[in-house]
Amino acid sequence: MSLLEIRQLKKSFGDLQVIKNISLKVEQGEVIAIIGPSGSGKSTLLRCATMLESIDAGDILYLGESAFKADKDGMPHKVTGAELKKIRSYFGLVFQDFNLFPHFSVMKNVTDALIHTQNKSKEEAYDIGRRLLTKMGLSEKENAYPFQLSGGQQQRVSIARALALNPKVLFFDEPTSALDPELTSEVLKVIKSLAKEHMTMVIVTHEMNFAKEVANHVIFMDEGVIAEEGTPEEVFGNPKSDRTKAFIKGYQ
Amino acid sequence: MDLLTLLSNLSDGMIVSIQIFALTLVLSLPLGLIVALGRMSKNPILRNLVKVYISFMRGTPLMLQLMVVYFGPYYMFGLIMPRGYRFYAVIIGFALNYAAYFAEIYRGGIESMPVGQYEAAKILGYSKVQTFFRIIMPQVIRRIIPSITNEVITLVKDTSLAYVISVTEMFTVARAVASAQANMMPYVAAGVFYYVFNFVVATVMEKIENKLSYYR
Ligand SMILES: Nc1ncnc2c1ncn2[C@@H]1O[C@H](COP(=O)(O)OP(=O)(O)OP(=O)(O)O)[C@@H](O)[C@H]1O
Ligand SMILES: [Mg+2]
Repeated sequence: MSLLEIRQLKKSFGDLQVIKNISLKVEQGEVIAIIGPSGSGKSTLLRCATMLESIDAGDILYLGESAFKADKDGMPHKVTGAELKKIRSYFGLVFQDFNLFPHFSVMKNVTDALIHTQNKSKEEAYDIGRRLLTKMGLSEKENAYPFQLSGGQQQRVSIARALALNPKVLFFDEPTSALDPELTSEVLKVIKSLAKEHMTMVIVTHEMNFAKEVANHVIFMDEGVIAEEGTPEEVFGNPKSDRTKAFIKGYQ
Repeated sequence: MDLLTLLSNLSDGMIVSIQIFALTLVLSLPLGLIVALGRMSKNPILRNLVKVYISFMRGTPLMLQLMVVYFGPYYMFGLIMPRGYRFYAVIIGFALNYAAYFAEIYRGGIESMPVGQYEAAKILGYSKVQTFFRIIMPQVIRRIIPSITNEVITLVKDTSLAYVISVTEMFTVARAVASAQANMMPYVAAGVFYYVFNFVVATVMEKIENKLSYYR
């Protein structure tokens, strides 16, 4: 059974159809890179998968459990209550602009949800927090506040915050595009190290070299559909569609 | 009349003024939050009712509102209120009025919060209530403290309005003594009292603001 399966997903904003019938599967341990031009619906796809947006049609299943249930008119609605909580615990999301909690210290950003949504003891949560912050190269910063950190450090805190909850799959929406170029590499390095540990990840990115290096599977999205997908070698080395060719060429 | 007698005459009034001030804050700060939530409710009936309430409270003089609260029960329903009602009428009137102003301040603060904070909290599994009290409100309070300070300083001065329904707060006493003695001194003393009161309030608010300024 796939960790995540998206079936025939459709999503519109008013008259604008942003996702037109997308299906995909994410297997345990896989790293999927999603690339594509601006406005092609990459963020919307992640937002639907993480239930930040409602969907118009289709199905999203985590380990076979549906995150949306159709009502009698066939309209999909988010599951509720304990089911919702369970589905949410399967995934984490790293935002482009971090969305750290500015009034919490670094350690509290990482541990607060553990303590208050997963009922871990403070000691246990802080152990997890210290281990993750060390891994992110931030052990010195546990008492700092987000405003005292560089963008790259803030993004690493937000990755630690997501990992603390031990998700089965971690989504990234352009994790480096709010960063200065010299800070980008420190974040990419962290993501690469997670890939080595076989963390399941779905990463929307404009960093083509990074996508090529880290992903097992690349999806090229264009105008709300998957225009092309395959291994990095296939998509980058030998793209089939002209759109993919043109897009990749624009990045070289 | 020497200064000491004057002050001892005024001190009863001072205590009443301080009581009005403190009780109004204790009641209207939480009430204002509830009003703000009603004002932002998805239910259009509730939302519009609260909107009308806020608009009345901010659009008519507090003095008039105090008189309505005090005389209303008798004129409208023929109810004879107990002796002490005068003071309660002042507190009710002030709390209802200030809650409306605080509600709009809360609303402004809550609506200024970036949606990313809610989304991050949702992804991390916080419930709506947890998100509101752990993530949103602490940041809102920090943002609105300067506006709250303005209202609190106005409140110190507004306590003198209680005289319209003859609650003998500071200003009422000062007026009575001044006219009995044909003397400016009580007014000067009252002015000093309000000024010192506000000075203390402003200092305390500044302390709170500094305490909350540990992050950006
Ligand atoms: N909440 C919304 N309301 C209306 N339109 C929206 C909304 N969110 C996204 N859109 C529109 O949907 C389309 C796809 O947006 P989306 O953010 O998914 O693109 P993207 O592929 O992530 O682009 P980028 O690379 O610039 O981040 C765009 O035309 C965008 O304007
Ligand atoms: Mg995007």
